[in-house]
Formats: sequence, C-alpha cells, structure tokens
Amino acid sequence: MIGRKILSVVAIMGLGIIVGLANNASIAFADEAERRAKDPRNKNYVVGEKKSGYVYMTSQTRDMQDDDFENSGFPWVDQGEEIWNKKMGTVGKACASCHDAASKSMKGVANTFPRYDAKTKKMIAIQAFLNRHIIDDMGGKKMKWESDGMMGLVMYVKLQSRGTPVKSIINDQNRATLAPFLAKGKKFFEQRRGLLDLSCKHCHEDYAGSLARSNVLSMGMPNGFPTYRLKWQKPGTIHRRFSGCNKNVRAKPYKRGSEEYTNLEFYLMQRAAGLKWETPAVRN
Amino acid sequence: MKFSKLIYSFAGLMIGTALTIGLSAPSDAAEFDLAKARVGDGIPKSLTGKPGNAKKGRSTAIHRKKGNCLACHTLPAPEQADHGNIGPDLRGVASRYKPAELRLRLVSAKTLNPDTIMPSFHLKTGYHRVQKKWQGKTIISAQDVEDILAYLVTLKEK
Ligand code: HEC
Ligand code: HEC
Repeated sequence: MIGRKILSVVAIMGLGIIVGLANNASIAFADEAERRAKDPRNKNYVVGEKKSGYVYMTSQTRDMQDDDFENSGFPWVDQGEEIWNKKMGTVGKACASCHDAASKSMKGVANTFPRYDAKTKKMIAIQAFLNRHIIDDMGGKKMKWESDGMMGLVMYVKLQSRGTPVKSIINDQNRATLAPFLAKGKKFFEQRRGLLDLSCKHCHEDYAGSLARSNVLSMGMPNGFPTYRLKWQKPGTIHRRFSGCNKNVRAKPYKRGSEEYTNLEFYLMQRAAGLKWETPAVRN
Repeated sequence: MKFSKLIYSFAGLMIGTALTIGLSAPSDAAEFDLAKARVGDGIPKSLTGKPGNAKKGRSTAIHRKKGNCLACHTLPAPEQADHGNIGPDLRGVASRYKPAELRLRLVSAKTLNPDTIMPSFHLKTGYHRVQKKWQGKTIISAQDVEDILAYLVTLKEK
C-alpha cells in the first residue's frame, strides 16, 4: 500500500517535470512568435492576406537580410555585376554595352519573368531567357542554371527591382494566351504528390504559420529568389526550392527549367502580386 | 556479408511463398486490403495478428524517417525539441478514440477526412509521382503501425 503511494508520488513528480519542460518550450516559442508578430518591420512585408517569407523568419535572419553588408547573398550579386560589365562571346559586347546602367534599364524587370515566349509558345524563366540571349545575341556560352555566375547575374538584375511591388503581368491583351499556363501552375500547386501525398497548398496555404517541427511554414512566396538560404550556405533558385519541397514529400522532382516548374513559378508570381521584391532575401 | 544476405532473402522468399500458399496470418508479406480491414470508423483487427510493443512504438513515432509524428503533433516526449502544431496535441488521445479508430487514422487518415494533410502511413497505392526508392512501399510497416498504436493507447487523459 505504502509502496504504491510512493510510486504514484514519484510518478506525479515526474509528470510535473515533464509538463514543466513542455511548458517552457512552448513559452520560448510563444515569445519568439510574439516578437515576430510585433516586429514593426512586418508592415512592409504583409499585404492583405499575403505574407512574405520574411515575416516567418527569426529576428536574426531578418537583420541579416536588411543589412547589405551582413546579407550573405551580396558576394553573388557582386559577381553578377562583374558579369554584367564584362565583354563576352564572339560579339565582344557586355550586357552593359546595350543596356547601360542596370539600375535604370533593369528596374521592374524581375516582375516580367517567367514571361511568354512566342518562339516556343511556352513560358520562359529568366535563366533560360538569359542563356538564349547570351548564346544567340552575344555568341557566348551557356551558363548552368544553378551556377554561381548565372545565380549572381539573376540576383544582380532582380536587385534592381528590390522594393518595387510584384505585379501581375496578365492583362486583357494577353489573358487568353497566359491563362492555360497559369491554370497548369495552379493545378501543380494544389495536386497531392509523393508518398507523403501532400500538395504545396497543404503546407503553404492551409497550414501557413503552423510549426512543422522547428520550421514555421510560410506562404511559399517567390519574391526573394534567388534567396540566400542559411541551410544551403549559398543562394538557390526557386526551382531548387521546388525540387527540395518535392523531395521532402518523397515525390520525384522535375528538372530546373522544366515546363512544370516554370508554370509553377509563373503561378506563384501572380499569387504574390502586391508583395515587394526582396532579392537577395535571406531565409533559414 | 553477401552470402548471409542471400540466405535472408531466400528465407524471406520461403516465408512469402508459404503465406501465399495458404497460411492466413496477416503480415507485411500479405497484401493489406483497407476495404476488407475497415469496419465503420475503425480497423478492429491487428495488422500483424499480434499486439504491438508500446516502447518500440514510441521510438518509431518519434523517428524522423519513420512516423515523424512530431513534425505535426505534440507528444509527451519532453526530451525532443520542437514539436509541430499542424495537427492536434496527441496527449490524451486514447481517451478520445478507441484503438480501432486510432488504427484506421494511422493506416489511412484520408478515409475519414479526404482533405487531411496527415499522410496515410500504411497505404501503398493511389499516389502521384512517388520517388523511385519509395515506389510500392508504405511509409511504415504493419509491425510499426501496431507498435505505434500500442504506444498511442497509453496516452490517456490524466
Ligand atoms: C511538407 C510541407 C511542405 C510542402 C508539401 C511544400 N513545402 Fe515549400 N516549404 C516547406 C518548408 C518547411 C519551407 C521552409 C520554410 C518556409 O519558408 O515555409 C518551404 C519553403 C518554400 C519556399 C520558400 C519561401 C521563401 O520565402 O523563401 C517556396 C517558394 C516553397 N516552399 C514552395 C513550395 C511549392 C511550390 C511546393 C509544392 C511543389 C511546396 N513548397 C511544398 C514545406 C513544404
Ligand atoms: C503532415 C502532418 C501530420 C503528420 C506527419 C501526422 N499527423 Fe496525425 N494529424 C494531422 C492532422 C492535421 C490531424 C487532424 C485531423 C485531420 O486533419 O484529419 C491529425 C490527427 C491525428 C489523430 C486524431 C487526433 C485527434 O485528437 O483528433 C491521431 C491519433 C493522429 N493524428 C496520429 C498521428 C500519428 C501517430 C502520427 C505519426 C505516425 C501522425 N499522426 C502524423 C497531421 C499529421
């Protein structure tokens, strides 16, 4: 009888410790969540229901993004600027030879990709567009999608749109042409896939803001790409991100630059309209 | 090394054959049939024909490459950091559901809620673009289902 009592007292003490621990963890989380929610910087990253990935990052990661000297994406931007100014290919011209200062000529350009390509009658992402431009018009060599050079050039071009709003490129003239690509992108976003049988929408709409273990699920917005990711220790394109999210649900990814990913990117861009460009964003 | 592997797979083959020939004990080797196993809102019978092991179930539930339940749920596992909050807290879940109901939720949560984010842990088919290494597989085995269930059954409201 007494033995049993002692046992249950021990059990209750044990329980107390366990409950205490769980509470501490949730308090720490609640603190960080509250700090995030009250950060005055949020107002620049939320438009109506739409939230940039920035809103879900820790204060430390935000600080990194906000300071160009701390922002680890800038070495790639610098490399991109060098490429912009360097003569390349058999034609012997640099990007700057035709486009002058990127700060003027490339402002707002981030917005216009992926765009409709009349030649292939498909959507084309900025990387594929630049490669064709470099090969066909400059007599240069193809750069790999995820190479430092291509990434840097894209980041440098997109940086010129930083702070400007993402705008939908769909208008009355092109609606009929673009609608099928938009529909395909949306379908991809909402389709369950992989052995875990999850859609993008499950994580990035239905449960945005929830915790998947230590990750706060964001709305999966495209406005910071190529993004410097602390986990990768380098920047990555949005197609790399798609591939990662596909593999995480044990689904077969598509190739970077594939029609599927390009349409998906196009859909995400239209879905993000109103948020501001952040390239080079910093994410956990 | 290779030789012992061969023996194992040979033994596996024999067991597999024995099963298909006529032993009726349910097992991983036998094809699991949800439509047959389901009764109302539950699966009343053990998938292995035996009760599971709660202690093993706890570690399988927590294991990131197996149950990974903590991705979405809180469990009474204070030694583990970062429990998810996508799904309900599972502390006390056995006071809310009968074992048969918990088993169906583990095997195929979509049977009860077609839109749910919770994966079907013991269904092989009905998927889109599964990575090659996972094709024809379930997330966890019948034994794992029974072990996790044995663990969940211990999660009674205090
Ligand atoms: C199992 C949950 C899950 C699924 C399914 C999923 N993702 Fe993600 N995704 C994450 C996590 C976790 C992160 C990193 C944290 C964050 O930004 O949400 C992330 C990040 C992202 C980001 C980066 C956002 C930013 O601000 O940098 C994009 C874009 C994205 N996902 C798009 C997608 C798309 C498109 C799909 C479907 C092809 C998808 N995700 C499927 C969990 C998921
Ligand atoms: C990707 C997210 C996810 C994962 C992983 C997951 N669950 Fe769930 N689970 C949910 C959600 C969401 C619900 C709420 C009901 C629904 O959506 O159908 C749920 C409901 C449940 C319920 C019913 C609880 C209640 O109070 O209604 C049980 C039991 C359960 N899950 C057990 C598990 C176990 C055990 C594991 C791991 C082997 C697991 N879940 C893994 C998301 C998940």
